Amino acid sequence: MNYIDEQTVQKNMGNRIKKNKMWRWLFFSATMIALLFLAALAYRILTQGIGGIDWQFISGFTSASPERAGIKAGVVGSLWLMAVTAPVTIILGVATAIYLEEYAKKGRLTNFIQTNIQNLAGVPSIVFGLLGLTIFVYVFNIGEVILAGGLSLALLVLPVITVAAQESVRAVPTDVKEASYAMGATKWQTVRRIILPAAIPGIITGSILALSRAIGETAPLLVVGASTAIFTLPNGIMSPYTAMPIQIFSWTQQPQQAFQGVASAGIVILLVILLLMNSIAVFIRNKFQNRY
Amino acid sequence: MESNPNEGNKQQSVSQRIQSNRQNRSGLMIIESLVPKLLLLASIISVLVTVGILYTLLSEAITFFTQVNFFSFITGLDWSPWQGRYGILGLVSGTMLITVIAMVVAIPVGVASAIFLSEYATDKWRRILKPILEVLAGIPTVVYGFFALTFVTPILRAIIPGLSFFNALSAGIVVGVMIIPMIASLTEDAMSSVPNEMREGAMALGATRFETTVRVVLPASLSGIVASFALGISRAIGETMIVAIAAGATPKFTLDPTQSIQTMTGYIVQVAKGDAGFGTTIYYSIYAVGATLFVFTLIMNLLAQFISRRYREEY
Repeated sequence: MNYIDEQTVQKNMGNRIKKNKMWRWLFFSATMIALLFLAALAYRILTQGIGGIDWQFISGFTSASPERAGIKAGVVGSLWLMAVTAPVTIILGVATAIYLEEYAKKGRLTNFIQTNIQNLAGVPSIVFGLLGLTIFVYVFNIGEVILAGGLSLALLVLPVITVAAQESVRAVPTDVKEASYAMGATKWQTVRRIILPAAIPGIITGSILALSRAIGETAPLLVVGASTAIFTLPNGIMSPYTAMPIQIFSWTQQPQQAFQGVASAGIVILLVILLLMNSIAVFIRNKFQNRY
Repeated sequence: MESNPNEGNKQQSVSQRIQSNRQNRSGLMIIESLVPKLLLLASIISVLVTVGILYTLLSEAITFFTQVNFFSFITGLDWSPWQGRYGILGLVSGTMLITVIAMVVAIPVGVASAIFLSEYATDKWRRILKPILEVLAGIPTVVYGFFALTFVTPILRAIIPGLSFFNALSAGIVVGVMIIPMIASLTEDAMSSVPNEMREGAMALGATRFETTVRVVLPASLSGIVASFALGISRAIGETMIVAIAAGATPKFTLDPTQSIQTMTGYIVQVAKGDAGFGTTIYYSIYAVGATLFVFTLIMNLLAQFISRRYREEY
């Protein structure tokens, strides 16, 4: 006859609870790995880079000697790129989102466009470089200029903006839209006066996050022909250019040890700009959250 | 008086007002019918991008294959384009090596982080940890590459003697770290869509939290988790700057992670920053490599979509 033996039960329970605690600790340490990595990265870049940031670095062009190398052409080039990328990708992305969410009938075409956007998001960024090189640089024959780079980046982040805009358009409650129709507004009036204003915080947040991805992209720009050494500032969208990540990459390729410090300094500037952009995005997200 | 539209309206007869309304209406109607067409046009552009990618890769790769035998391309182990030998497997093996190392890092750490965040962490911890993971996901890959070369590689070289300065191990580990946030957040999404009743049911039967996670939550969210692995693999295959900076530029058919290798993406960068002239075989070769890369990532993306659609459990 086997009776329930309290001691055995306790022993079994104890093991299982111990096991649970051990795994909890393991899961926690795994989470910490990512954090430690981030901390090491931040510490390393800051200690190595912050000393290299002075007026010379911010206002100078790149140079063969590490002491005189500066990032000015990179920063200005990146800003020019964004001036091309931002309007193109935001207009296309928001228009696509409105079409898919408000106008498109459920059917083959809509499904196809949606799946297509999803697949585009998974295409490696360097492939967009190849696309830009053939289509913009050679077929449209605009050359290795800011316009070609900016358009390639615009196509690269188009899926990101589209999906973000779709989500914020979808989040506008149906009652508000129906109220607008009930007042006799047409579809476009409703979109323009009701849906867009309500969706705009989400769209702005998504756009900033997408642009901060674009500003850090290196591979497609290398392929569409951003220069590494350039000693004049671009004076329009048809100028040759360089960009911050391109400059950083070219410094990592230098054999002299001192260029590591220059690359770190460049990374600090790039990360500060990214941090600013992301803070603005988070600020807008928090400020306008849950209006309905 | 005329400036006030309401006053103006009062002076019109009803029929005049209907008339003018109708005229305004017809202008509105033109906009109403034009807008959807313009918006559709914008949506078509995203389709055109796909068409453009396919056209670009295919047409330039076909030109490449008029100069290089297709069969020797897909079966050759030796990639030495400057000697005229184009065996893609020499690059594919490099990509595979990086991908395997990256997934060995990213899958256990990513899933464990997701389990901690979704099953164990309190709200307070979650609010701190999730933004940090997002920061990790937002760091440009050129920064990761620099970090791999100047921080991870020296540490690894101190541990492993004989590790070359450019090596697959360091690049692979850092690619893995880059993918952790992606796997963690997709896995966590999948796990948190498992309804709480199921967890509570398991716990009511006396299961510990760990037993609940392993026997109830993980099986129920398996499709989402596996789909996140497929997306992670796709990202690792397409990752460019980390491998271009830290893995070297010597294509090699090898499984030895301590050696310098070259990936498909690394080769494209190498050609792009050099000056292989337009129209040379080497110029066309980056499209053949790009097409191969595209096929690999597309397969993984479609696989992820298939898994999450086909095996999704609905609650």
